[in-house]
Amino acid sequence: MKVDEIPEKLAKKESELRYAFLEQVKAIPGGEKIKACIQCGTCTGSCPVSYTMDISPRELIALFRAGDMATIMNSRTIWICASCYSCQTRCPSGIKITDIVYALKRTAMEKNYLSGKAKHVQILANLFIQNLMSYGRLHEGTLIRKFYTKTSIGKLFKMIPLGRIMYKKNRVAILPKKIKAYESLSKIIKRAQEIELRIAKERLKYSPEFVGYKGLGEMQLESRKGE
Amino acid sequence: MKYAYYPGCSLEKTQRGYDESVREIFKILDQELVEIDDWNCCGATIYMSVKETVSLAVSSRNLALAEKMNMEILAPCSSCYTVLSKTNRILNSIPEMHKDVNEALSEAGLSYSGKTKIRHPLDVLMNDVGIETIISKIKKNLNGLKIAPYYGCQIVRPEKGFDDFENPILLDQMFKKCGAEIIYYPMKVRCCGGMLMTTFEETALKLNKELLSCAVENGAEAIVTTCPLCHFNLEAYQGKINELYNTNCNIPILYFTQLLGIALGIDGKKLGIDGSFIPMTQKISSLMEVQYA
Ligand code: SF4
Ligand code: SF4
Repeated sequence: MKVDEIPEKLAKKESELRYAFLEQVKAIPGGEKIKACIQCGTCTGSCPVSYTMDISPRELIALFRAGDMATIMNSRTIWICASCYSCQTRCPSGIKITDIVYALKRTAMEKNYLSGKAKHVQILANLFIQNLMSYGRLHEGTLIRKFYTKTSIGKLFKMIPLGRIMYKKNRVAILPKKIKAYESLSKIIKRAQEIELRIAKERLKYSPEFVGYKGLGEMQLESRKGE
Repeated sequence: MKYAYYPGCSLEKTQRGYDESVREIFKILDQELVEIDDWNCCGATIYMSVKETVSLAVSSRNLALAEKMNMEILAPCSSCYTVLSKTNRILNSIPEMHKDVNEALSEAGLSYSGKTKIRHPLDVLMNDVGIETIISKIKKNLNGLKIAPYYGCQIVRPEKGFDDFENPILLDQMFKKCGAEIIYYPMKVRCCGGMLMTTFEETALKLNKELLSCAVENGAEAIVTTCPLCHFNLEAYQGKINELYNTNCNIPILYFTQLLGIALGIDGKKLGIDGSFIPMTQKISSLMEVQYA
């Protein structure tokens, strides 16, 4: 069963969500340190955009430990994080907060939790990937044009003067540039996608009812103890 | 030394000034850059947050190509620098992921050991080439030009390495030695918002307003950057920020390699300074003997 074939009701169950997220956290070196949070608030204080978040980075960690994944999934926070890593480098407990936000984003996308501006982030991410898949390199012109066409035509028009200046300054590549080994890059991507599905499949096979803090204890692999 | 050069997508055209100036100063300092043949996009921050194995495999293709060249990678773009370094860190600490990535790479007859080092030009210039060698080739004293050195997030965090992540000093040292005056710039590692400029514009504009006005209020005549995205956000949105916040910023944004190039006596056109949106001030122009408006 593919991830996106899971029936709607089941996919939105807290335990499912938490499990998917815990699997994502496993991929972060030192990711399981999440349970060491002492709620000091250094992350929130360091975050340049916390003033515009609905739940602060500190609250995000607390909510996860309390087992409230749905609130996190529906938050604005995970989408507005600029991935500046200020919180992560300053956390006294060594928690990889930025990487955890990445994992949360992946879980939200996988499980289709998309509200408000989150849609824009996902559109941008998907267009970016399309761009990369079709050329092997990013063509910024195509990306921006497609993004604003999908989200706000008005903004696309407002970008025209900037585009003109850039053209005048010889800073616009009119056509995308395809790499030579384009075929073999797509083969790599295809294989990697298969691997990702394979991992997801294994995940679903034994999907246990993980609950917040307990779940973290269980996911701790022997080999990572003492890290 | 020889480096496997990884320019990254934005340096190909929209940020050509960075690419051109890196190539020029490395030439003058007798460091050879061999562009990685047929490199692909590293996936940037955005890919990593969407598909893990795929993004690791995509960025590893570049690492595998460089490994064949048996050279360290030189990656000027902060985002590429971080993504490639982070890929390395993940592959080296999680064997299962390393195996998965190599399985994907095998489709193209490639494999990667995890050993290629990723370097930023600032690191190479200060730690390999050395400030003494650079100083010996300086042709123009920067004459007390007041600059705000802006490091951004990605080269100092998260792959802590060649400079302090709270208070980096290499840019300050480099330009002080070239005769510039470094203004007080406590915002030097504050975030510019990166891709938020596309998705949450208002928030990003505010972040950039703070970066710009701190530099201007403290008397900077130019902001010196190390990252294509920071450079673009600071440069292209100044007009909009002035409108929105009733400010009066009109400050040139230079890549550190461009300013160093000026000090090394390289022609401004070769450094891509003709591509700047904000006109160079009289003082900067006089160092180049050509007006770039
Ligand atoms: S800085 Fe670290 S320990 Fe402190 S609240 Fe944030 S996550 Fe918890
Ligand atoms: S990485 Fe995200 S959450 Fe952390 S400080 Fe930066 S913007 Fe805030």
